[in-house]
Parts: sequence; structure tokens; C-alpha cells
Amino acid sequence: MEHGAWFLVLPALIPILVLSVGPLLYGVLLAFTDAQSGRTQPTQWIGGLNFRDLLHDTLFWESFRIGLVWAVGVTVPQFLLALGLALLLNQDLRLRWLARALAIVPWAMPEVVVGVMWRLVYNPDAGILNETIRDLGLGDGRDWLSGLATALPAVIVVGIWAGMPTTTVALLAGLQNTPRELHEAAAVDGAGAWRRFRTVTWPAIRPVALSITALNLIWNFNSFALVYVLTSGGPGGRTRLPMLFAYEEAFRYGQFGYAAAMGCVMVAVISILLAVFLAGRLRGGDHA
Amino acid sequence: MRTSRTGRAGQYLALLAYLLFLAFPFLWLVSTAFKPPRELGSLHPTWIPKDPTLANFRQAFDEQPLLHAALNSLVAALGAALIAVLLATPMAYVMARRRTPLARAATGWVVVSQAFPLVLLIIPLFLVLKNLRLINSVPGLVMVYVVWALPFALWMLVGYVRAVPAELEEAAAVDGAGRLRTLVSVTAPLLAPGIVATALFAFVTAWNEFFFALVLLKTPEKQTLPVVLTHFIGAEGVADLGPLAAAAFLATLPSLVVFAVIQRRITGGMLAGAVKS
Repeated sequence: MEHGAWFLVLPALIPILVLSVGPLLYGVLLAFTDAQSGRTQPTQWIGGLNFRDLLHDTLFWESFRIGLVWAVGVTVPQFLLALGLALLLNQDLRLRWLARALAIVPWAMPEVVVGVMWRLVYNPDAGILNETIRDLGLGDGRDWLSGLATALPAVIVVGIWAGMPTTTVALLAGLQNTPRELHEAAAVDGAGAWRRFRTVTWPAIRPVALSITALNLIWNFNSFALVYVLTSGGPGGRTRLPMLFAYEEAFRYGQFGYAAAMGCVMVAVISILLAVFLAGRLRGGDHA
Repeated sequence: MRTSRTGRAGQYLALLAYLLFLAFPFLWLVSTAFKPPRELGSLHPTWIPKDPTLANFRQAFDEQPLLHAALNSLVAALGAALIAVLLATPMAYVMARRRTPLARAATGWVVVSQAFPLVLLIIPLFLVLKNLRLINSVPGLVMVYVVWALPFALWMLVGYVRAVPAELEEAAAVDGAGRLRTLVSVTAPLLAPGIVATALFAFVTAWNEFFFALVLLKTPEKQTLPVVLTHFIGAEGVADLGPLAAAAFLATLPSLVVFAVIQRRITGGMLAGAVKS
């Protein structure tokens, strides 16, 4: 590369290397040490000891399981709902511009505010959800966020709500790629709406659908703020996502090395799952 | 395409259902923010406050240093947005115009960096910033935000640069304009709207960010709005719901305004990006 190009690239490259690539590698190294916060003795290499401890840490694996349930439970319904909304927004409906603008409002809100908002909705006394249930004569409602059985489903609904705009916009982008003439030709040939969707629309949006689903799985598995605000992982750890677990381990108990090991396991498992997901999807391409 | 009358009506109904689902939590937040404590305590809360009041806002400002937190948020978000765009624009230009291995590696990194859980990044950053005495300081947070915003800033900007035809630059070069002159007088004006959109997007993302701020900022006078908001939560009685809602409502307004301005550009930008890939 010529000198001029280096001059243009370095201002961004150096911070990325120093504050992103470097720390990530450092973080992986920390997983093999006994690093702790506020300790006076020097940090030592302990090899795979953190990982061996993790293997027997049932609390961590429980949190991991919750993380997977949460990630899949949010991503799948969100995809279906967003696909429906994107198909609607792609129609020539009146006030479409307004609907498009409103549909991305959750995107603009701080995650903390989203959490606060839904705490108000779920509030057992002053919340609108229980009030609606009482109005419909369906009983007294309940304390959604602190019930052992309802807490995880309740936060999953919030997760679905919060991620709707990104998924919808991505799918809408894919829909603009659908060849209109093909759609009309299929309609002339008497293909029904479902058939047209399967043979014309779906093939056109498949690449976008795959990438946004993969990204959503990653983002959701690694998410933190929403659940931190809604339940802080409670009741009894029922909503303690892996990120909340690792955060507490690192910044409440000061176990930096151990928490870093958790981060490594999270990356490893997510990569394997994604590889399986993408490989399966790409091979199944002809049938879809 | 022709759609039957009932089909059309069904579509409008479905759209209405979606919009209600997306809007109702926010409407409830606004409603709660303007309700007096008596109504919040009532067993039959209503959508529209019977006796709307601003008392919750006053109480919110009394209980927590909201103005100071907003100032911290503003400094962090503005700093992050300006620096990130300043650093990213030249690199995005090179990535868009040349197929070098470095550009490809950078694009790869943008994707890979999305997959890493933030714990793996924050622990080392925490240790590094502690050594630099930049823990519990807004400039330290700005540094983290800049690096965190760089990947998507690059991604957005590369799309905008590609939208500027390279032929225009070549034409300017043929007319005898130097390289720098071409960049300044031909490319930059065409790129300006894209740069502004990217900066605003980075601003909103930093304004809304919570995790890094929670870990890095320890004392109330340094904390940003989202962190201060969480101080309202906890052992909240029904009476504290009002101030909580009021503060949350205020914290959202700047993001909403900025988003309203760039809404078209974001959807448009993503549309353009998808067509390219």
C-alpha cells in the first residue's frame, strides 16, 4: 500500500489494535491466570485450572442453559413477528411512512429505559398488564417478574419487543430485493399468496434472513442491560444470563481470571452453535 | 398488485396490532410519568391521568443528580461520536476504494468483534484504564466508546463512500485537481450527509450505552444517565414509580429526536447496504 493510504488508515487502525484486538487477546490470556481484583500478590499462570473449575460449576451451566433458552426464545418469535411486519410495511398501505417511523422507536430507546418501561407494565399493583387482566375478569394477575415460573417468559417478551426494529428493517431491506415482475408473473399464473411467498419472496430474502438471525442469536446470548434492569438475574437465578453471571463474578467478587474463562467458553459455544446453524441452513438451501 | 377489499382491511388491522404492541409500553411510561402518587397507588390505574402533574419530574431532579448525569452523557456521547467519525472516515474511504488485504481484514474484524461477549473486553480494559488512572472518568469512558463505535461507523461509512461514484473523482483528477483537492472539494461534500448520519447514530448508541458505564464509573458525580436511572430502581414503593417514569422519559427524549432526524437515512442506508451484499 502506498504512503498516502497508510496515513488514512492508521488513525482508526491504531485505536482498534490497542483498545479492541489487544484487550481481547489479553482477556483470553487472563482466563489462564488467577487474576483477582485488589490483590497484592502477583498474578500467576494456573493453566487450565479455571476451565476445570468451570466444568464442575453447576450454577454456571444452569446460567448457560438459561442463556440459550433466552437467546432462542427471543430470536425465533422475533424473526416471525418481524417478517410479518416487514411484509406489511412493504405493501402500498396508506400512512406507511408513519408506520415505518413508529416501528423503529424501540431502537432509539436506551436499554435501561426499555427495562424501566416494562417494569412499569409488569408492576403487580400499578401496572397496565394486571389491570387489563382484572378488567377482563381473568383473575387478579400476578407479580410477573418475581414469580419463579413467569420471570423468564416475561423477560423474553421484553427481549422480543426490544429487538423488533433491527430485525424488521433488515428484512424490509431484503424484501426490496424481491423481483417485482416475478411476483406479478406468479400471480398471473394463479399462484396463491403462500406459494408466491415460498417460491419468489423467500429465496430473495434468505441471505438477509440468515445473517440477521445469526446476529440476533449472538447479540441476545451476550445481552446484559435489559435483564439487569428487569430482574437482576432473579428470582433465584431464574433469569441469570451468562453475561450477568460473569459480570457478578468479575465486578462483585473480583474473580477476573475466572470470569474471563467464562467469556472464553461463551465465545467457543456460540461459535460452534453458529457454525452448525449456518452449515445446516446453507445445505438445506435447495428445499427452503 | 390487486388485493381484495377484505384482504386490505385485514392488513390494516394487522398493522394496527403491531403498532399497538410496539407503542403501548412507551405510552404507559408517559402516562405514569404524569400521574400523582394517589393515582399510582390506586388499584385501578387508568391510561390517561385524571389529575396530571409535573411533581414527578421535580421529585426526580431532587432525588438524583439528573442534570449532572445528562451533562456526563452528553460529553461522552458527543466525544465518542466526533472522534469515531474523525478516525473512521479516512479508513472507510480506503476500505471502499481499494481491495487491499488490510481492508478485508478490517471488514472481517468488524464482523468478528460482534461475536465477543463484552466481559472478555471489559476486564482487560478495566485493568488497563486503572493503570492509566482513567477509571471513574468520563474521558476514559469516551476512549472505550470510540473503539466500540468504530466497527459500525466503518461499516456505515464504507457504504456511503461506495455510493459516491469513483468516476467523479477520476474526472476531477483529469481536470488537474490534486489528490487532496479532489477529496476536499468533490468527495467530502457528497459524503457529508452520510458522515452526519453516522455521527448521529454513534451519538445515540453512546448516549444509550449502559454496560461499560456501569463498570467504569463508580461515583454518582461521574455517572451517565442510564446508570443514574438504575438508582431509582430497587426497593421502589409505588410512590417512587412516578419519578422513575419521569426520569426515564426525559432520558429518552434526546435519542428519540436524533432518531427522528436520521430515521430515513438509517433505513435507507441499510437498504443500500443489503442490495450491495
